[in-house]
Amino acid sequence: MTITPQSLVRQLADICGPANTVEDPGELAQYQIGAMRPMAAAKPASSEDVAEIVKLAAGEGLALVTCGARSKLGMGMPPRKYDLALDLTRLNRVIAYDPGDLTLGVEAGILLASLDGELRKHSQFLPLAVPFFRSATAGGTVASGVDTPLRQFYGTARDYILGMEFVTGSGVLTKSGGRVVKNVTGYDLHKLMIGAMGTLGVITKINFRTFPLALEPRTFVASFANAAGALALRNLVADSPLRPLSLDILSPGIAQVFSGKMAEQIEPAPLPVGLFSRSSWLVAAQFVGNESIRTRNESELERMTREAGGARVENFSMREMEGLAGRIREFVPIALGNSPAATIVKIGVLPSRMNEILAACERAAEENNLRWAAVARGVGIILAALLPEERNEESARRVRRATEQIAESTSALGGNLTIPWCPEEWKTQLKIWGIERNDFEQMKKLKQFFDPHGTLSPGRFVGGL
Amino acid sequence: MDSRILQELISLLGPGNVRNAAEDLLLYEYDGSVEIARPECVVFPRTAAEVAGIVGVARRSGTPIVGRGAGTGLSGGALAREGGIVIVFSRMNRILEIDIPNQRATVQPGVVNGDLSAAVANAKLHFAPDPSSQRACTIGGNVAENSGGPHTLAYGVTTNHVLSLEAVLPTGEICRFGSAALDATGYDMTGLMVGSEGTLALVTEVTVKLTRLPETVKTLLAIFNSVDDATETVVDITARGITPAACEMLDGWTLRAVESYVHAGFPLDSAAVLLIDVDGLREAAESQAGEVAEVCSRHHAREVRVARDERERALLWKGRKNAFGAVGRLSTTYYVQDGVIPRTKLPQTLRYIGAAGKKNGFEIGNIFHAGDGNLHPIILFDARDPEEFRRAVATADEIIGYCIEMGGSITGEHGVGMEKDRLMPLLFSPSDLEIMRGLRDTFNPGGLLNPGKVFPSKKGCGEIHARPLPIDGNAAGTEAKRAMDLPRA
Repeated sequence: MTITPQSLVRQLADICGPANTVEDPGELAQYQIGAMRPMAAAKPASSEDVAEIVKLAAGEGLALVTCGARSKLGMGMPPRKYDLALDLTRLNRVIAYDPGDLTLGVEAGILLASLDGELRKHSQFLPLAVPFFRSATAGGTVASGVDTPLRQFYGTARDYILGMEFVTGSGVLTKSGGRVVKNVTGYDLHKLMIGAMGTLGVITKINFRTFPLALEPRTFVASFANAAGALALRNLVADSPLRPLSLDILSPGIAQVFSGKMAEQIEPAPLPVGLFSRSSWLVAAQFVGNESIRTRNESELERMTREAGGARVENFSMREMEGLAGRIREFVPIALGNSPAATIVKIGVLPSRMNEILAACERAAEENNLRWAAVARGVGIILAALLPEERNEESARRVRRATEQIAESTSALGGNLTIPWCPEEWKTQLKIWGIERNDFEQMKKLKQFFDPHGTLSPGRFVGGL
Repeated sequence: MDSRILQELISLLGPGNVRNAAEDLLLYEYDGSVEIARPECVVFPRTAAEVAGIVGVARRSGTPIVGRGAGTGLSGGALAREGGIVIVFSRMNRILEIDIPNQRATVQPGVVNGDLSAAVANAKLHFAPDPSSQRACTIGGNVAENSGGPHTLAYGVTTNHVLSLEAVLPTGEICRFGSAALDATGYDMTGLMVGSEGTLALVTEVTVKLTRLPETVKTLLAIFNSVDDATETVVDITARGITPAACEMLDGWTLRAVESYVHAGFPLDSAAVLLIDVDGLREAAESQAGEVAEVCSRHHAREVRVARDERERALLWKGRKNAFGAVGRLSTTYYVQDGVIPRTKLPQTLRYIGAAGKKNGFEIGNIFHAGDGNLHPIILFDARDPEEFRRAVATADEIIGYCIEMGGSITGEHGVGMEKDRLMPLLFSPSDLEIMRGLRDTFNPGGLLNPGKVFPSKKGCGEIHARPLPIDGNAAGTEAKRAMDLPRA
């Protein structure tokens, strides 16, 4: 590298103005990833300026990490090289919102929470009930690939993103898709950007399909003595005509995690009284509809709960359930605040195998003397938090053993496992991106194609991509 | 074709699975589009290993390869535009696994779409994408084109239902993308492959999600005396946040053509009908049917009929799904477009299509997925008259140009293929296209797979003078002088 920090800052200032170029070390600390701190940060306010900055970085052989609200910088591996933070929070406009068409175009740095307010005025919303919701940006949410309980009904971002504009690693501003709800013109490059953690491109604009706001959702909660019972209810629902918006299974360990101070700080709405009175497994299913649909859902769910050997806890209104729904959405940050060395394992597995994986999690936690809690989504996703009491070498060893055991069970069942969050200093010991897949060589080709100079978050993603 | 290549293919597949007689090749020179291109050889592999072997032969000799399912495609995607080998997947037609508890199925690419749904109907499941050609079209073809259908309005298109693929790459490697379990680690390779129109890989196995059949389906037929009232109804249904399972429109001309063929019970004297499915729990379907009927009445529907039983329901849908067959009885050739518009723009777009037909002297029928703004104007013409063909295509181009001005797209479900490649510059800038083309060349170096598709030929590029749309924009200022680089008749 030949460029000096001073020269870089000067050139960045030429692109996005001195006021939007950060060189103060104190201020740069907020962009730190692990021990790595960039020499500058730039806050462009247009896609064109983003392209200019990426072009500059690529030309100088610099590496940059794109960020929004920085709520998820702790995900993934630390970058191999980190010269520049590309802060997109000034790219925060709604570009086109057409309520009549249920389509929305936004800049990547817009806050989900402010967007939500805008959409609600038209009784619409985006089904992105994602962790860090109150501070998260649209771009960060999409790029990090975090999931949402509402995927049970609405699918994930890939199912309702219609198009994107992004900047390649060479600094070329480009796009794919469009803004209509059905479109097969050209390659779906935007799908590649989802969950790629900014390693293939810098997302600058996103077009979404919006949805009518679910009116008066209700949440049915049932309790079970074990995971098998909870999963039996899940299976009965899947094999029925019911179409819940979300269906989450909560392990007994959730009671402590959701009752703690951190939970209250992150989601101030209280939990319904007596929800966690037993140390049992809970199933929370959200559904929506008019009175007759509600009655039907409730009676069917009650019947299925009995059949699965559980007990109905309650049917809660939206207001009553806000505290639980918010905590389920924010499970990750709540768990991270619950232990000094919380480690979140995310597992994708066939629904019929969830029982085995939950058992493997429980076994691994017990054998390694770790507290644990899990939220399992009915579609076949498990978020398990391992919660050591201390952040030290001994905890690292125990967490490593536990994650290896869980990974072994997952792999044997053809599932997918990653460790999206863990203490920064453990990342080299834990296989946070899981097992290398058969298509890794093709992914390497993609990375090479989109980011030939290794400019975009090098080393953050799977297999060092 | 070089006899050595043929010999290699024969020794690989056996003589019965390699055809190159003129009368055999004739069967594979067309698809559902107006395009024609004859392959030099047609092969019928039975395994992924055989496909890989064919790719090896093709690679060594630099012979183009094109994958083909049932040949029902509407954009020339399965045609051998530059000659070479057509790989027909009709012998790879086994359903490999049905996993009822997990609502998954793994199939070979030659499995017919409707056959998969039929195979799981007893378990009250189905494969949700339902192209009108579903009784013939294959899942491999659906994957290549990212096919839709009437019920994709509520259930999504093919890409929303594909979890994993096994594919032979142009290098001859057999690779698996994605997994039956959700959230496969790494880049969404499956998402890239679905809809890539056979230009990146040859799919040899597909794992899909199966969807629970709804408890109740109610089919409504709303009858209108004016096209405007029908389109305004669709706008209003969408704006009110009602999502029917399907919302199809047939204009008067089309429904009369259909009625004389299928006798579905469409009213012959109406200007337009909407065929609307609402589904879900009995209670949900009933309340939605009520809401839909109310909106229809508000927009002066002359009558809203609700199918009384499954037989009536099936008959109405038979009318819809066989519409193109019915049109075929009226004219030997017709040209179907696939433009998409934002749904709020339906009324003016339908008026524009009517005017464009009148101006250019064509009868244009409309039967389309109104609920998601996916138009299918049908232009009748006589292919024996080259001048008329030229005008038909020019008229279709005018309509597509208007769709793009409205903020829409050139294809909603049929694919670009060799039919709309020249229109790509209306949506994408030269640099956008360069990136997509570069990606193709990364996976498909030398254009071995399906050459001449999706991207405009370099020569054609300069003939289209357009300012492409920004991702968020209306092309109010599009100076679209569309090329007269016509498809070959």
